[in-house]
Amino acid sequence: MARPGKLPSNILALGATSAIAEATLRLFAARGGRFYLVARNPDKLAAVAADLKTRGASSVMTHVMDLDDTAAHPAMLEAAAESLGTIEMALLAHGMLGDQEQAEKSYLAAEAILGTNFMAPVSLITWLANYFAGLHSGTLAVISSVAGDRGRKSNYVYGTSKGALNIFVDGVRNRIDRAGVHVLTIKPGFVATPMTAHLPQGPLFAQPSKVAAGIFRAIEKRKDVVYVPAFWALIMLIIRMIPRRIFKKLNI
Amino acid sequence: MARSSLRPRFESWGRYPVLHADLWPLNWGGDFPLRNGPATRLLPVGAGRSYGDVCLLENGTLLPTRGPGISGGMDRFISFNVESGVLRCEAGVTLAEILDFAVPRGFFLPVTPGTKYVTVGGAIANDIHGKNHHVAGTFGRHVPCFELVRSDGARILCSPEHNAEWYSATIGGMGLTGLITWAEVRLRPIVSRKIQYTGIKFNGIEEFIALSQASTQIEYTVAWIDCVSTGKNFARGIYMQGDHSPDPAPLIPSKTPWLVFPIDLPELALNRHSIGIFNTLYYNKQLSKRTTGFVDYEPFFYPLDKVLRWNRMYGKSGLLQFQNVLPHEGGREGMTEILKAITASGLASFLAVIKVFGDVSSPGMMSFPAPGITLALDFPIRAEISFELLERLACITLEHGGRMYPAKDARMTAAQFQAFYPQWKDFSRFIDPAFDSAFWQRVTK
Ligand SMILES: Cc1cc2nc3c(=O)[nH]c(=O)nc-3n(C[C@H](O)[C@H](O)[C@H](O)COP(=O)(O)OP(=O)(O)OC[C@H]3O[C@@H](n4cnc5c(N)ncnc54)[C@H](O)[C@@H]3O)c2cc1C
Ligand SMILES: NC(=O)c1ccc[n+]([C@@H]2O[C@H](COP(=O)([O-])OP(=O)(O)OC[C@H]3O[C@@H](n4cnc5c(N)ncnc54)[C@H](OP(=O)(O)O)[C@@H]3O)[C@@H](O)[C@H]2O)c1
Repeated sequence: MARPGKLPSNILALGATSAIAEATLRLFAARGGRFYLVARNPDKLAAVAADLKTRGASSVMTHVMDLDDTAAHPAMLEAAAESLGTIEMALLAHGMLGDQEQAEKSYLAAEAILGTNFMAPVSLITWLANYFAGLHSGTLAVISSVAGDRGRKSNYVYGTSKGALNIFVDGVRNRIDRAGVHVLTIKPGFVATPMTAHLPQGPLFAQPSKVAAGIFRAIEKRKDVVYVPAFWALIMLIIRMIPRRIFKKLNI
Repeated sequence: MARSSLRPRFESWGRYPVLHADLWPLNWGGDFPLRNGPATRLLPVGAGRSYGDVCLLENGTLLPTRGPGISGGMDRFISFNVESGVLRCEAGVTLAEILDFAVPRGFFLPVTPGTKYVTVGGAIANDIHGKNHHVAGTFGRHVPCFELVRSDGARILCSPEHNAEWYSATIGGMGLTGLITWAEVRLRPIVSRKIQYTGIKFNGIEEFIALSQASTQIEYTVAWIDCVSTGKNFARGIYMQGDHSPDPAPLIPSKTPWLVFPIDLPELALNRHSIGIFNTLYYNKQLSKRTTGFVDYEPFFYPLDKVLRWNRMYGKSGLLQFQNVLPHEGGREGMTEILKAITASGLASFLAVIKVFGDVSSPGMMSFPAPGITLALDFPIRAEISFELLERLACITLEHGGRMYPAKDARMTAAQFQAFYPQWKDFSRFIDPAFDSAFWQRVTK
């Protein structure tokens, strides 16, 4: 499995203003990486770009767009490939937690979550998988979630979007790994980011910098799937093993 | 976002007083003014490394730019000019993060406190000082400009040239004048991590003053002083001085500490006897009258940072800090009186340091440092005894024309504060109408 290669330095980041993405990109900036950053809020995007530049990035280009706009994906991706010369790594980070209660009542609310967390990545990954396969190299790193490992009462709509994403990314890996493309599924547990700022922060919450270090190592080691922090692999193993007849009575 | 009405506890570093407040973390420069903000009063906070209540607000909403239990925060760099050494960054960046960035590039902080886990915003708002105060002045002197955002949305670019009144009110302004979103800090060049160090044992305030007068050319000076011993050991101590090493050496980054103080010690663990033993060991650790050598900057500046959360050593009830400055005129008599009051009280201070501040003026209207002798102590909280002693120390400070440091205070009275800082009324014109702090309520109402 592990074929340690050269670490990527031409990086496309989708949802670059995500706290987890930012922390991860900093590690590559310190090594002089080149970046093409895509996010929807221009002020936040400019702040992230300046930070990476100051930390040592050799160049940072930015592109403002709403990633729900799948029709505009190909043009954006072509612009990224052209600006970077070659895209060596794509990091997919954007996502939304959504409101589970609302999504239980309204299909439109559920559709919005599935659109942002699943359909938009499908569109991006389809283009990127073909691009990397054509190059016979590259790293495709996708931030999913532990929530995709099992349907839970408390967040199954978000969980579905991530679970579907896991299957899709697995399939893509099985297709293009043999072409020399590294496909990484990243499954963070609870991370203290703006997405979770409204939740009470228990001891299971990790800082984005810690999660980023785990992602960096997984890229370095060309892992297929990584739980970050690593102890989530064990927690999710246990959760997956709980028999359905018990699980359906639990309040998690 | 819905906020619960039962507000969580929020502790400062001294863990006294413990007050309740909601947290509304700030992640981006544009997050303030708040959208759909709460009806309560507001107060920005950094890393919560102040000891008392300057970073607290009962039943208010704290706006952390950083810190545990919150998301990433306002921790971005904005630009760095290698020629001038000026770093521009968001207010939630910590001094530890600046060092990680700057040291490998051959730069160091212009002024640093005894812990590196404070934010740039907090360093400005308390106009902090370090061991080089006698040559470099306060932190604010090395801040060419910053942005202040008011709750009405006004964004004020502050520097000594532009909006100079806001600049001066906000440096040392204890977070009350608005939110600092970003600031520039002028770093200084270094060629090595090492500090050329000399430690000299002394006996008594007179000898301490003589050592201070003989070392004004040395960049960093401070002394540890024994506040337990009486008789011939009264006011013994170790005078510590150092300069950045001029010999080029590898500028590698620091390691992250892994030692975390695991539990709250029982309240009585730190007492006169245990501290007395510690003091004797510490004083005698250095065998000769004078030692010299090269030490890494980490243990020289941040001996306590090696153990994360060391404040748990004081137990759940927390600790009281005290720091004052007395003018040179009458200062030694005043300090002697203070040390006598402490030894007589039977309370022991674990971390007592004494230093001579220089004449470099502070840029802030409410800045604490002033020319004279400064003493910093901490005490475990033993109910009334601790409070009575602090009251006594405040009175001696007042009698000698000195003042106390709000960042390290939980007890001074309104009358004392207003005598220490007669400019407080003028300062209050600059307070943001939506902002308030437990400290400010205590000393003005
Ligand atoms: C071990 C130790 C050693 C210390 N040594 C020294 C020393 O040598 N010299 C010294 O001067 N101090 C020292 N201190 C005190 C410490 O440096 C100050 O209290 C500092 O202000 C703490 O910074 P903070 O980021 O934790 O801010 P906080 O404690 O969270 O807040 C401090 C103040 O800053 C305000 N503030 C914070 N962020 C902002 C912002 N973005 N905009 C506006 N206002 C803001 C808050 O409202 C509050 O009034 C020490 C503290 C410790 C724990
Ligand atoms: N935090 C956790 O506990 C956790 C756990 C497991 C997995 N994850 C996953 O980690 C990823 C990163 O999240 P985070 O925790 O870093 O939270 P975050 O900081 O809130 O990041 C989410 C990012 O997604 C962006 N985004 C959302 N919808 C978008 C759209 N339509 N177009 C463009 N950008 C869009 C947001 O942009 P704006 O800033 O403009 O809104 C934001 O930058 C997400 O995929 C999330 O599902 C997070």
